[in-house]
Amino acid sequence: MRLLVVSLIAASLPFAGCANDDASTITVSAASSLTDAFTEIGAAFEEQNPGTSIRFNFAGSSRLAEQINSGAPVDVFASASTAAMQRAVDADSVESPRAFATNSLAIAVPLQNPADISDLTDLADPAVTLVVCDSPVPCGAAAWELFAKNNLAIKPASLEPDVRAVLTKVVVDEADAGIVYRTDLNAVVGEVKGIQIRDEVNVINEYPITVTTDAKPDARSFVEFVTGNDGQRILQSWGFGRP
Amino acid sequence: MTTVKRSVGQASTKAPPIVMVLAAIALAFLIIPLVGLFVETPWGQLPELLTTPTAIEALRLSLITSMLAAAVATVLGVPLAWVLARKQFTGQRIMRGIVLLPLVLPPVVGGVTLLTAFGRRGLVGQYLYDWFGIQLPFSTAGVVMAEAFVAMPFLVITVEGALRSIDTRFEQAARTLGASPRTVLFRVTLPMISASLIAGIVLAWARALGEFGATITFAGNFPGVTQTLPLAVYSALEVSREEAIALSLVLLAVSLTVLVSLRGRFLGSRS
Repeated sequence: MRLLVVSLIAASLPFAGCANDDASTITVSAASSLTDAFTEIGAAFEEQNPGTSIRFNFAGSSRLAEQINSGAPVDVFASASTAAMQRAVDADSVESPRAFATNSLAIAVPLQNPADISDLTDLADPAVTLVVCDSPVPCGAAAWELFAKNNLAIKPASLEPDVRAVLTKVVVDEADAGIVYRTDLNAVVGEVKGIQIRDEVNVINEYPITVTTDAKPDARSFVEFVTGNDGQRILQSWGFGRP
Repeated sequence: MTTVKRSVGQASTKAPPIVMVLAAIALAFLIIPLVGLFVETPWGQLPELLTTPTAIEALRLSLITSMLAAAVATVLGVPLAWVLARKQFTGQRIMRGIVLLPLVLPPVVGGVTLLTAFGRRGLVGQYLYDWFGIQLPFSTAGVVMAEAFVAMPFLVITVEGALRSIDTRFEQAARTLGASPRTVLFRVTLPMISASLIAGIVLAWARALGEFGATITFAGNFPGVTQTLPLAVYSALEVSREEAIALSLVLLAVSLTVLVSLRGRFLGSRS
């Protein structure tokens, strides 16, 4: 009996954190808004680098920074804002970052557009059920900056943990409108209607990327790939701007 | 009432060493995360962390919604438990499975099912919205619904178990003495299961207090309206770890108090 238990424990040890000890797997923590572009970039990178595989962890950038600062085994951090990245830099969890893309905001409304929204000022109507990201998340910080820049008094119905949660609330037609990134509209074509915000009144945010201080060697080549021609081409096909 | 006395003999206190070792590992597995939380708790800042407007609002909202959810679960759950315990009908096993489903369903999935039913384009929700202008998502009522959805099974299984275990001859005697079914229920049955009923209500309340997934999915997250304590913990994690830990500590203290005071009753032993 004891032998059985001991051998069971011994047998299970190699599974503890296995994906992590594997030198050929790079773990990339990336902002939710990068989900589609980075999934494509990851596939392209793996194709060019046989034997190396990329594992993604998509979430709100501030949560990702918190995870990395708490010691999560991550090799690359791609943030949707310089503020979230700075928190990881301040904690000495990552090396110095560089910008690799830009994004701006847009309004997503359900296909039927129940609240009949045509531009930014319509969102100030208290009858409009508006959802935005929570303010610590980059898309939330950008949304509040957008409201302040345009002198809009806004009371959202919900502060969502990341931009995909905002989109979901619009897709299921529970919210009349949501503030999302321009690029997010490409991910849900046919499920929501996008309303563009003019550049003069919009908020542009920069996406930084870097490797963590204890990253595997291959992590650097992934960062090179993202900032290189192939990565940039894919990012732009999903609507991201050049840094 | 029948009381079953557990026989205490040598057989129950002597165990092979491996049992003790595994039990110790299991205990450590459950306790170490709690110790971690205590170690990281910024005890000095605790008073100020727990009195921020966000924390107070979340605490207030959590208390109100969890008590309402427990009330809803009780008013609807006790009759359901009675039907399950006393009636024989086809599809009873399926029905019991459905009643217990929220216990094992990921709460986020529970939230999605609530959206498809009570959202403003949902099966039922569309009529609420079109006819009465009621939109449950993003409202405090939506929070109560999400909490009641996940909490009710705790009450139903506790009460159903109690109803099955009591001696029905007392109820029969009351009936033969001319008591109406209503009188029997309120004067005989419910008093006989009062201990289990209270245990069920408190368990349902504790589960409602800790509800997260169904709430954020169905009701959203806005301070003062739908942001309960667990949601506030999740939001606080984005900005201040200390505040998240302080709020978690409150939840932990409440839950532990409830469970320690109830453990005997939940297991069915009345000492």
